[in-house]
Amino acid sequence: MKKVKNRHSVARILLLSVSFFLSFQAFIFAQDSPLSEDEPVRQETVQGAEESNVEAEPSGADAAAGKEIFNTLCAACHKLDGMSIGPPLRGVTDRRDKEWLHSWIRNSGAMIAAGDEQGVALYEEYNQVAMPPFTQLSDADIDNILAYVSQPKEVPPALQPGTDAVAGTGGGGGVSTDIVLGILAFVLLMLLVILYLVNKTLRRFATASGVELPVKEKRGKPIWKSFVENQFLVIVTSVILVLVGTYYFYGYLMQVGVDQGYQPIQPIHFSHKIHAGDNQIECKFCHSSARVSKTSGIPSLNVCMNCHKSVSEVADATATEEYTKEFYDGEIAKLYDAVGWDVTQQAYTGETEPVKWVRIHNLPDFAYFNHSQHVEVGGIACQTCHGPVQEMEIMYQNAPLTMGWCINCHRETNVRTAGNEYYEKVHEELSKKYGVEELTVAQMGGIECGKCHY
Amino acid sequence: MSSNKKYWQNLEELKESSSIVETHRNNEFSEEIPTDEFLGDKESLESSTTSRRDFLKYVGFSTAAASLAACEGPVMKSIPYVVQPERIVPGVANYYATTMADGFDFSGVLVRTREGRPIKIERNGMATTGANARVQASVLSLYDNKRLQRPTANGEVVSWGQFDREVTERLNNVSGDIVLLTQTFASPSTSRLINDFSQKYGNVRHVVYDTVSEDAALDAFQARYGTRALPNYDFSIAETIVSVGADFLGDWAGGGYDAAYALGRIPVEGKMSRHIQFESNFSITGANADKRVPVTITEQKQVLAALYNYIVGGSSASDLPARLDDAVAKAAAQLRKAGSNAVVLTGIPETDAQSLVLAINETLGSEVMDTSNPRMLRQGNATEVRQLVADMNAGQVGAIIVAGVNPVYSLPFSEEFVGGLAKVDLKVAFSMKKDETALLCDFVAATPHYLESWGDVQFTRKNYTLMQPTIRPLFDTSQFQDTLLRWTDNDNTYYEYIKETWKDALGTTSWIDALHDGAFEASEPEGISSTVTAGPTNVVVNDDSTAARNLAGAATQGLELELYTSVSMGSGNQANNPWLCELPDPITRASWDNYVKISKFDAEALGLENWHVSNGALNGRYVNLKVGDTVLEKVPVFVQPGQARGVVSLALGYGKKEGIQKDMQVGVNAYPLYRDFKSHQPVTLEKVAGEHEFACLQLHTTLMGRDDIVKETTLEIFNTRGPEVWNKIPEVSLNHVETPVTSPDVDLWDGFDRSTGHHFNMSIDLNACTGCGACVIACNAENNVPVVGKEEVRKYRDMHWLRIDRYYSSEESFEGDVQKKEGISGLGESLSGLSEMEVASDNPQTVFQPVMCQHCNHAPCETVCPVAATMHGRQGQNQMIYNRCVGTRYCANNCPYKVRRFNWFLYNKNDEFDYHMNNDLGRMVLNPDVTVRSRGVMEKCSFCIQKTQKTILDAKREGRVVQDGEFQTACSLACDKGAIIFGDVNDDTSLINELVEGERSYHLLEYVGTKPNVVYQTKVRNTSEA
Repeated sequence: MKKVKNRHSVARILLLSVSFFLSFQAFIFAQDSPLSEDEPVRQETVQGAEESNVEAEPSGADAAAGKEIFNTLCAACHKLDGMSIGPPLRGVTDRRDKEWLHSWIRNSGAMIAAGDEQGVALYEEYNQVAMPPFTQLSDADIDNILAYVSQPKEVPPALQPGTDAVAGTGGGGGVSTDIVLGILAFVLLMLLVILYLVNKTLRRFATASGVELPVKEKRGKPIWKSFVENQFLVIVTSVILVLVGTYYFYGYLMQVGVDQGYQPIQPIHFSHKIHAGDNQIECKFCHSSARVSKTSGIPSLNVCMNCHKSVSEVADATATEEYTKEFYDGEIAKLYDAVGWDVTQQAYTGETEPVKWVRIHNLPDFAYFNHSQHVEVGGIACQTCHGPVQEMEIMYQNAPLTMGWCINCHRETNVRTAGNEYYEKVHEELSKKYGVEELTVAQMGGIECGKCHY
Repeated sequence: MSSNKKYWQNLEELKESSSIVETHRNNEFSEEIPTDEFLGDKESLESSTTSRRDFLKYVGFSTAAASLAACEGPVMKSIPYVVQPERIVPGVANYYATTMADGFDFSGVLVRTREGRPIKIERNGMATTGANARVQASVLSLYDNKRLQRPTANGEVVSWGQFDREVTERLNNVSGDIVLLTQTFASPSTSRLINDFSQKYGNVRHVVYDTVSEDAALDAFQARYGTRALPNYDFSIAETIVSVGADFLGDWAGGGYDAAYALGRIPVEGKMSRHIQFESNFSITGANADKRVPVTITEQKQVLAALYNYIVGGSSASDLPARLDDAVAKAAAQLRKAGSNAVVLTGIPETDAQSLVLAINETLGSEVMDTSNPRMLRQGNATEVRQLVADMNAGQVGAIIVAGVNPVYSLPFSEEFVGGLAKVDLKVAFSMKKDETALLCDFVAATPHYLESWGDVQFTRKNYTLMQPTIRPLFDTSQFQDTLLRWTDNDNTYYEYIKETWKDALGTTSWIDALHDGAFEASEPEGISSTVTAGPTNVVVNDDSTAARNLAGAATQGLELELYTSVSMGSGNQANNPWLCELPDPITRASWDNYVKISKFDAEALGLENWHVSNGALNGRYVNLKVGDTVLEKVPVFVQPGQARGVVSLALGYGKKEGIQKDMQVGVNAYPLYRDFKSHQPVTLEKVAGEHEFACLQLHTTLMGRDDIVKETTLEIFNTRGPEVWNKIPEVSLNHVETPVTSPDVDLWDGFDRSTGHHFNMSIDLNACTGCGACVIACNAENNVPVVGKEEVRKYRDMHWLRIDRYYSSEESFEGDVQKKEGISGLGESLSGLSEMEVASDNPQTVFQPVMCQHCNHAPCETVCPVAATMHGRQGQNQMIYNRCVGTRYCANNCPYKVRRFNWFLYNKNDEFDYHMNNDLGRMVLNPDVTVRSRGVMEKCSFCIQKTQKTILDAKREGRVVQDGEFQTACSLACDKGAIIFGDVNDDTSLINELVEGERSYHLLEYVGTKPNVVYQTKVRNTSEA
């Protein structure tokens, strides 16, 4: 019997050692994740340091202040790199004389009128679009701007030596998971082998020391046979089976045609997260017909171009692990191809190719839905039906869009009657009738069949 | 033991060694089985390695794959504009004012466009004309898939540049006259342009050809007033209207007079107009008259002469038979009594008659007739057309340019024209279709529809409208005027040219305002008139007394023929329009046809008849019509109550074959009989064998004295007695006590509170409805009502949500019917009496009754639907839910008004129903706010819930109360007569509230207790003879 005890302790030790090993692994792993979260922050500090380095270099002008002014006054027409309405400005101080730049920025029109050679040449080159005068800028301001635009172009941080270590750790985190899993699998396998071996050895000991091992009794009947013979059990089981089967079959039928979560691949990777989330563009800014029409409307490409005429590439910070900056810039290029925008010439070529988006929210033809009714009259947030669009990198269908889902909301939602003269009379009469202050859509007659089916 | 009996199969077996028996013994099938035919290519079949087993495997696999694939939803694409036009918001309709002017129908209209495509025509309240059924349907002609898509030269497709080059080159070298043969454009700019064209090419002659001529009236007017125009009429102030054969509620003198007429027909303060009609053909004008006197064509002339003598000549007796003389004398007395508010009209196609009418109206001092602001909508000159054909045959014409007309189809002497055309060097046709004329021309210029064109139209001397495109041209077309501008080396577009015309002539109105409103008043631009005075200007007419003598002396010529234009087809310009083909004629209720209408008396004399076959459809006999030496073969005969004895009539505009889809090549072409451009012809009829199948929508034609369907009274009773006499609420027996059906005690159902929110009601005024059918087409367009075709209509499977029932009286009047019915007692008498009442009178009173879903508050259909697919809304609408309907048709069976329509077939994208819904172009007319129904579901009038919901939403969005008049249905919007009024009865100030509460209102079949939301206004007839 003592030996048996002994055997137990061996297994326990093994188990303990494995769990110790595991917890150790988890600990390493736990250290990993905050590290990777830190990553962007660190990158920024590195960048910041770099900027201040550069800024210290020329004549004491403040590049950070310059950036601010640049973004408010210049960015509408100029980019640091790449064509816009005006020329790219990075390194302009190398190309032009500082005095000339000062007077040009102050009042370019006067210089052109005065027949300045460089000025007229520029004016002609850029389709005779004059730059507005900025007389409000002080010399220091202009110096700041020039300091900002004369900074060298940032190299993507991942390639810089300073950020290498961080990137390495981040990558290592990914590899370590696999290793941990591998070790785990190996340990489990070893455990099985050990257990088998231990069992075998013990049995051998037992036979050697004459201990009698209990022998399993053979049962008279196999269990399925007795089950089949027990009519009650058969009936109960089959009833349960039928019920469960029906439940799942019903469930299957109910999801036919329901495309909740439908997330097709679109011809242009349009990220609502970047637009509505990061940049906080209001939904109806682009989907403007939602205010007046039954459809919310997929914005026409000229709406995109209102901003993308000057936004031809994403900021570096926009890039994520999954989607690189090059990827996003490529998608913007797709827009340019579709709308026929020549970036180098900054002009429309007239060759357009409409974008064939894949429609996500499909209502059947016999169901009438009006966006303006909900968005304008009801004041319902777009997210109520469309979900957290501002977080969707790729758009998907959030709601089931079934009739039950519509009706349910109509039963629970109150009509926004306040301040709307249309509702005054009917609200007074109905609230008296139902004895309530707020009326639901259903109480207004919003679940009548004919309101949506005609 | 087996029997030795021998069974004989045929006599042939008696013969020994018969070859037939021998062959049959060896060959089971007398003919070879055409296995090859269905197995296809025998060789490849034999060489194929696919075994039967493999084949079954493939079939099984593909079936499984197909059904699996079907579980996936389809991937839908959504393609936004690249550059969205500023004014287009997807899902929101835009409206544009424009003008229809196809040479026959002229109308200022409002066009509803969705995402840049016109989907519906509405009338323009700012224009002076209404919009009839053909105008309403014209939007579908835009999407006609038989339209010409590009210009052709000698049958080859060419570019416009090449087309212009070739034509102008030949125009410059032409020997002989250049002739422009056109429709009436009534357009100042076009007249100016044709002048420019004449100046450039020198020897240009402009001949205006009206397919349906108003030559006599134009001549008479020109002789008397100097302008080639037609007098204008303001029927709203008319107290007495006497019409001798003028179908002025139809297409007489350009049509469009019905709205003003209807205004005077609604009794206000005990007064309404008195309308006396002498006519031969039974027209809708006659059907609306207070007193209708059927007369032959000869009698029409005599009646007019007598009327002239009574009023102008001051005579006190006439040579007319007593029956007519009495009527004419009374009419004359009433005319004299009404004085300046009286008017006499005639449709007799003779200058004598037209001159007399002008004289009579002058003598009466009629203010109804306006000669200072005459109508310009008919400019045709028959003499010049005849002269042209003669010149063509004489080889004097070098080039002919045909625009907007189809003379090869519509000229009575079209063979001569075709002969002459062969002698013309250069033949150019401007056409929307490859029609009969275009087929014979070398150069065919594809023209756009009016919804794709610019234009200006002079309706009357002062009233103008503008035409503007509402869609980009669908095809590579160029309108006549633009092409002419290029041919005159003018760099302007026609749009700029029109603006130039009106540069200084618009007065205080700006061009943009004029374009926005679509209509404006102005004086004629300096030196430009749309009147065409190319030909001889002095018209010689007889003086009035000679004219009267001529007319009075007209002799009977046996059977006479009157050619008329039907409400649905008009002159036939839109013959390929399925909506119009299926629109039943308001009088005969037959669609998809034209036919000879004949009186019962004449029909019996000639052994002609109509009868109903077992499924209720109408069949009839054929005749050959012979006018002079022209014979029209196999024309179906329709026996028409009210048709004058001795006169048969036939509609023009049918029987077109070229540029028409096969299913719409219906009817016979009556133009060959339109000799001398006169609608009245002597004729002989000859019965021929055969049986014609009509598509007639009304099986039962008389009212049988059932005054709970149509309530009628006379103006006298209406003025002197209370509504309990002429608009009695029906009573039902409750515990053997007669109780009014409106009493809650007799109601089976508990009422709902209907005082909250909106509650829609509709009022239909039987006095104002002329039966014109515009509402039916408007409903078709608004609600995507399918066209089912002649065969289905014969089975009464028409899908029209709104029908206009027409009832005849079997006695002289409906009142007589009621008296007769009430006088019947006993079984024998009722059997004979009631079957007599099934036959309409020889000159019946007629009533039109538009019937659509009555939206009963206690609807019988709602209670029987097993799946609750039809139910009542709080706003009073009886809602029909297509996606819930399983097609039991219980509701239709339980509907007392028979307004529900069942989709027996899939009517869209189905080759069996090859109408507009079967091609991509035609489907562009569909209203995107209304579901296109599928097979197996019930449908019916929805009270245009999509429109009421839209109105409500607009009000909500703007945070305001809905104003009275904002709620409209398609039919109420289309009715320019005010016969259909729609609105919210819970709005105390609304017009509908007043009408529903009014003493003339009643419900259809009120005793059934369905409590409909549609009320009818009792018809009042002005029967006063003095």
